[in-house]
Amino acid sequence: MIERTFKSLYRIRRVEEEIARVYPSDKIKSPVHLSIGQEAVSVGVCEALQPEDVVFGTYRSHALYLARGGDLNAMIAELYGKQTGCNKGKGGSMHLCYPSKGIMGTSAVVGTTIPHAAGYAYALKLKGSGAVAVSFFGEGATEEGVFWETVNFAALKRLPLLFLCENNGYAIHSAFHTRQPADNLVERVRGFKIPAERIADCDVNAIRQAASNALKSIRGGTGPVFLECMTYRWREHVGPNDDFQMGYRSRAEAEPWMENDAVRRVGEKLDPERRLGIQAEVENEIKAAFDFAEASPWPESSELYTCLFKEELA
Amino acid sequence: MERVLSYAKAICEGTDQAMAQDSSVVLLGLGVDDHKAILGTTSGLAEKYGGARVFDTPLSEDAMTGLAIGMARAGLRPIHVHIRMDFLLLAMNQLINMAAKTHYMYGGHEHVPLVVRASIGKSWGQGAQHSQAFHSFFMHTPGIKVVAPATPYDAKGALTAAIRDPNPVLFVEHRLLYSTTGPVPEESYVVAPGMSRRVTIGDDVTLVGISYMQLECYRAHVYLKEMGIGAEVIDPIWLSPIDMDTIIESVNKTGRLCVVDTGWLNCGASAEIVARTCEALQGKRQFQVQRMGFAPVSCPPTPPLEDLFYPNARTIAQTAAAMVTGSHSVKLPEERPELKTIGFKGPF
Repeated sequence: MIERTFKSLYRIRRVEEEIARVYPSDKIKSPVHLSIGQEAVSVGVCEALQPEDVVFGTYRSHALYLARGGDLNAMIAELYGKQTGCNKGKGGSMHLCYPSKGIMGTSAVVGTTIPHAAGYAYALKLKGSGAVAVSFFGEGATEEGVFWETVNFAALKRLPLLFLCENNGYAIHSAFHTRQPADNLVERVRGFKIPAERIADCDVNAIRQAASNALKSIRGGTGPVFLECMTYRWREHVGPNDDFQMGYRSRAEAEPWMENDAVRRVGEKLDPERRLGIQAEVENEIKAAFDFAEASPWPESSELYTCLFKEELA
Repeated sequence: MERVLSYAKAICEGTDQAMAQDSSVVLLGLGVDDHKAILGTTSGLAEKYGGARVFDTPLSEDAMTGLAIGMARAGLRPIHVHIRMDFLLLAMNQLINMAAKTHYMYGGHEHVPLVVRASIGKSWGQGAQHSQAFHSFFMHTPGIKVVAPATPYDAKGALTAAIRDPNPVLFVEHRLLYSTTGPVPEESYVVAPGMSRRVTIGDDVTLVGISYMQLECYRAHVYLKEMGIGAEVIDPIWLSPIDMDTIIESVNKTGRLCVVDTGWLNCGASAEIVARTCEALQGKRQFQVQRMGFAPVSCPPTPPLEDLFYPNARTIAQTAAAMVTGSHSVKLPEERPELKTIGFKGPF
């Protein structure tokens, strides 16, 4: 279990570091919102899921895509805008989608996939499936009306839905306290009779355990659960760089999170030789993925007009 | 003998048959299961198919639209009903940013078989926020289809086509049409995307009537006939994709095009139809154009002003007659009350 968790965390970290390294070359044809520092949330939750469960994410979903089993080659090719990308170059980093692994799509407009997860959950319940839909969103999305509208409906209909809030403290450059009057999200959600819990330290085991408990309760038919995972974004909102020098936040604020880095902490629990072995495997896989993206063809001009509508009728 | 149904009953029957044929069809929206049943268009469906497939919703237009998209993504075929199109503005983010984009931006992996029914327009005194028609907003956006049927026959057939379509479709219903009647076959049939209808044949002027304005154009053609003017009335039915060929062919014959919309003119459906006709016929055929629609103001509820806000059969006839005669002094025809209730009844 620790080996699998380490590999998942390390792989996401290194993929995104490689994206950041390659980014200035302009080979990546899409804005990137890196998850570096937030990996433990996606990894912990996805380790608690069953294969038939589905996830919906945000524009910052490289970690979710990889933790849930999305194909790495297809992801890097998508960032490069190549025909072999998971969306054939028509999505980019902010719209990753890999339905065969239950990754139902990510979106650039904040909060837009939250009701989709609820609708999917409604359908799962109607069909009598035991599966759960998970909606990943940032705390900024809780400032959108659609979040509260969805919370209300999900509670009303007792939908098999896990609300998973990744609270990284910032909406672009605006700190939480400048946007919301009180740091009491879980209390507000509990007002809808939805169980809600905060995991404060971004510990991957605590997140996995909380998700596991939540999913058990949801599968039992008691309705949705809300989890707020506190975390921290190490890089700038969009792009490959640090931005601690810009004045809206300090490196000192980030340091406790960096000292508590899940990738390093989980790695330290492994036998060093085994750890090196996993790291080498991951590095090879990443190199192969970037090579694959480089070597893949651009879409043909005729692709501009394909995929607008699904053609066949029922 | 042909079976006659109202427009409202035709919608209800189309929904009922689709739900009976396909258990993935679900119906949601504020009031779909109440005693008024969206002006009779959803009567009896909650009782027949149960509360899991036919359900009332919180107001929450934004989230309920997203919910319907999520249901569609999971293999259901939701029909989401809005009693007024004005409320669709609260759902635009989901409709334009998500529903219309999903199939393309997810590389063709995912699709959204969603029908959004929205009621538009006029009846007495509805005022500024209960009268608007935003079909042109959706015609502007790739990835969503738009249909605005004017007859009970086309209402049932187009709704059936919309439900079976694997893509999002906006289904526009004008309130004054609900009580109109016409022949409707009992069995299921489709009026497929891109289908239009030539309602009357004439040589002098082409009148394109969108949604309810098809009826006013049809009535105008009777006034015009008495003036010795032959009007060819075309009902586009589907606005996106739109059958321009039928319109262009008609204008090539008549040399005069008047588009009458149940909406504003600026950047609207009428502008699009005129522009496309010009692109097709420029350098080949000289022709006159005219557009009619809402006055460029918010809709006033007081009757004397509200009457001026909308085109009607008499103002359409006057405008078309002026085009044909080249005279600026064509009088408004005397009102004929018996024409207020006539409409196109086929053949379909």
